Amino acid sequence: MIKDRLGKELLFFDGGMGTLLQERGLKPGELPEIWNIEHTEEVFDIHRQYFEAGSDIVLANTFGANALKFHSDEYELEDIVTAAVVSAKEGANFGVHDGREVYVAMDVGPTGKLLKPMGDLSFEEAYEAFAETMRYGEEAGADLIHIETMSDTYEVKAAVLAAKEHTKLPVFVTLIFDEKGKLLTGGDIPGVIAMLEGLRVDALGMNCGLGPEQMLPLLEEVLKYTSLPVIVKPNAGLPKQKDGVTYYDVEPESFAKTMKRIAELGACVIGGCCGTTPEHIRAMTAACKGLAVKEPEKKDRTVVSSYGRAVEIGDMPVIIGERINPTGKKKLKQALKDHDMDYLLKEAIMQQEKGAHILDVNAGLPDLDERAVLEEAVKEIQSVTSLPLQIDTVNGEAMEAAMRIYNGKPMINSVNGKQESMEQVFPLVQKYGGVVVGLTLDEDGIPETAEGRLRIAEKIIAEAAKYGIDKRDIVIDVLAMTISSDADGAKTTLEALRLVRERCGVRTVLGVSNISFGLPCRPVVNSHFYTMALQNGLSAGIINPASEDMMRAYDSFCALMGYDENFERYIGKYGGRPAENKASAAPEPSEMTLASAIEKGLKEEAHQITARLAAEMEPLEIINQELVPALDRVGKGFEQGTVFLPQLLMSAEAAKNAFAVIKERFMGTDALTERRDKVILATVKGDIHDIGKNIVKVLLENYSFEVIDLGKDVEPETVLQKAVGENVKLVGLSALMTTTVASMEETIKLLRKQKPDCLVMVGGAVLNQEYADRIGADFYGKDAMQSVYYAQKVFGRE
Amino acid sequence: MDARIKEAVRYLGYGGHAVDEQTLALIEDSFRELDRAADRRIIYRIFDVIQGEAEELAIGNMAIVSRNLKKNLRDCKEALILGATLGIGVDRMLKRYSLTDMARAVVLQAASAALLEEYLDACQKKLQEEFAAEGKYLRPRFSPGYGDFDIRNQEMILRMLQADKSIGLTMTDSFMLTPIKSVTAVMGISRKKENCPIQGCENCRKKDCIYRRNT
Repeated sequence: MIKDRLGKELLFFDGGMGTLLQERGLKPGELPEIWNIEHTEEVFDIHRQYFEAGSDIVLANTFGANALKFHSDEYELEDIVTAAVVSAKEGANFGVHDGREVYVAMDVGPTGKLLKPMGDLSFEEAYEAFAETMRYGEEAGADLIHIETMSDTYEVKAAVLAAKEHTKLPVFVTLIFDEKGKLLTGGDIPGVIAMLEGLRVDALGMNCGLGPEQMLPLLEEVLKYTSLPVIVKPNAGLPKQKDGVTYYDVEPESFAKTMKRIAELGACVIGGCCGTTPEHIRAMTAACKGLAVKEPEKKDRTVVSSYGRAVEIGDMPVIIGERINPTGKKKLKQALKDHDMDYLLKEAIMQQEKGAHILDVNAGLPDLDERAVLEEAVKEIQSVTSLPLQIDTVNGEAMEAAMRIYNGKPMINSVNGKQESMEQVFPLVQKYGGVVVGLTLDEDGIPETAEGRLRIAEKIIAEAAKYGIDKRDIVIDVLAMTISSDADGAKTTLEALRLVRERCGVRTVLGVSNISFGLPCRPVVNSHFYTMALQNGLSAGIINPASEDMMRAYDSFCALMGYDENFERYIGKYGGRPAENKASAAPEPSEMTLASAIEKGLKEEAHQITARLAAEMEPLEIINQELVPALDRVGKGFEQGTVFLPQLLMSAEAAKNAFAVIKERFMGTDALTERRDKVILATVKGDIHDIGKNIVKVLLENYSFEVIDLGKDVEPETVLQKAVGENVKLVGLSALMTTTVASMEETIKLLRKQKPDCLVMVGGAVLNQEYADRIGADFYGKDAMQSVYYAQKVFGRE
Repeated sequence: MDARIKEAVRYLGYGGHAVDEQTLALIEDSFRELDRAADRRIIYRIFDVIQGEAEELAIGNMAIVSRNLKKNLRDCKEALILGATLGIGVDRMLKRYSLTDMARAVVLQAASAALLEEYLDACQKKLQEEFAAEGKYLRPRFSPGYGDFDIRNQEMILRMLQADKSIGLTMTDSFMLTPIKSVTAVMGISRKKENCPIQGCENCRKKDCIYRRNT
């Protein structure tokens, strides 16, 4: 069994396949997998040569054999995969002369498509495509699954889950890193390792992209972070171009020499990728003969990750942003109820800008389908921020759904000492990976003493070990209890923090703000308690990064304790500020009117002036006397060609700021009962360019339309459902290319049939009046303002 | 004013009008941000061209029916196929600003289009010089979707370049490139020196286009 040998002895992969097939006549653009059937003898012969050269593991010719990439009218995918595995097995029969045990790997390459939200392939579709081909591979007799040449952690996660859920085979994973150790999609080495170890793969590493020399420094980085056996499969050097053809020029001997160093450094499975040949592999196996493998060392870093970065919860404390949790937050509650994802996304971006390292995401509200909302929130938030997320829910189903589609290794909030809770959460962590927050409470409630909480922490850690969850993946929350109901609450919490850090050797987390519940001026108490907690060993405080008091406590702590090298952070933020905060002083009185701030597109000024006006004027007065006339003037200027799109939008953003102030001030009062006419906007199915639609959205909102934004790549049925469900009178559709205008037409037809009272306006680069008429649209908007005017006409607002 | 800034201003629809200072500052700032976020990558390969009957031709293993492309590749025995992208980071940045600052999103969109063109022009110029040494000349870039060059050829082009694993360039089911700020193109290679400007905008017959250069 390969698993028994892995990490115990040096194992050899094969080398390149594509280049060898091309030498034998495969044309660029031709599907190499077809050769498994049409040129079986060539494929077999390459495998045989690799086994003869000393390979222990050979990749079947199935790199692109998935339903998303392999499109053939002649051959079934199953036959292609079966033929590939059979050829490789035959290669072993004829190529292994010393009786050694060898293996055939099902080779799994990328789908060639970009996953949602940036592309159009859903996580589930990718998963299905991988599962299908992997099943064929296992049935045909593959000994392991090797997922390779990957650039996207999300695609890798889909592939690993497919392998784990549809086969019993060991799973190896390698990705392409560039010389800086980055994936094409932005991920870094620690982040990739965190995710793959969380998913419990058997071995991990890198292939393709670079030559052996360039992989050396990356290997050192990999070995610093991983506890798993490492695979290294370089190209025969960096790709070079001559006469428009790519070639690689590292010779077998030189390749072998560097590969020996790679093995000595600690790689356990080595081989070659593009440009390497049986000669390279023969030289490599000869050079490494008798070399003992360096067994992988266990690392104890606590790391969470996203597609783009890893965050280590180590000695330097990190900040978990608490703002995406509806408890006690009226606006967020409303946003969740209204399905207003934009609000959540803005909160996410704001917290990142304020300095959060991880974001808590909680969508728990009564009467809400938490599973669906949490899953969507996680997906959407990951499209605008690379901060790792903390999935925060007590609902097991919602937790699993979110963990599954999360791109990276999430933080999980939470498990507690109750048997029931541990039985629910630990299997999920075991399967999907994650750093889980353990709350020190159990069937008997929250212990009053620090020792009591320590005992529960120990229980949680011991129970997790039964699931193979190492304590590095557990952070303990000793719970901050409100001091107004228990005068010793803070003391107990601080003592427990210290005990848990010392005795259990795990990292800690705390919802800091609970401490001051019921007290006035809470930030004062919170920020001081925060400093005390940090001093007692708090690793990750769940706080509001928008609170200046809290951030000052954090920044000061880092500066004082040597976590702020050269005080870069501190000076960057506070350098040049007066020592005494004069925030209470009123802003300079300005001569500017709100209307002119809007016309000039000045966001800050629009905000300040509106705040001042709101104290003395009625909301409708502000809107009708200042806001709307200014917007009208800008709109007219745009129409006449004296104001251009960026200016129009700057004004729109300024107006948006002014509206936000008004809304906040008068929310729920009778003073602001405006009529909200609903308009649906969507970029049609197949189209992923949504900037035009977003422009129209901002402007329509300025004119107080309620925009239901369905996003991009929207199915006709989705538009219809929304239009019927919300009884919407006007739909705006956008498309960029002739190929997607067809879906626009389809959407219009569907609406005509099922909701004939609904009007449709269209716009987009490829459209014109004639085209719009032909597909049956009611209105063609040649620019964004035209759509606004039409909407006003439709709703009789002219 | 930099050429790239001029291009961005043109993409923003200013036509012959002067750009205001506020927008200009935003454009400059967008380029600074793009220089950090953009991960420019290009891949190209050269293939034989076989001129077939009527509107048919083949580039390497790719069979094409297109009168426009055929005209573009007249007298060419070879063609260079390229894929280039600014990377996924730019898409993410656009998405972020679409939420928080639409004016900046629109300017970034124009600036990134200008940056991609600038990058391609620079690559093309370098290639041009290399080819000139061999007495060969490059024709202007011609992309799937131009004229009657079917956008569905995108799939084969990406496969011929193995663009997914080499530069992370992929496409959607409707043949749109992802990341969004990406291009694929065919360039004829000819022994005949023809007067071929790098850009194609001036060649367009739509003379009243607000995006037109040098109006």
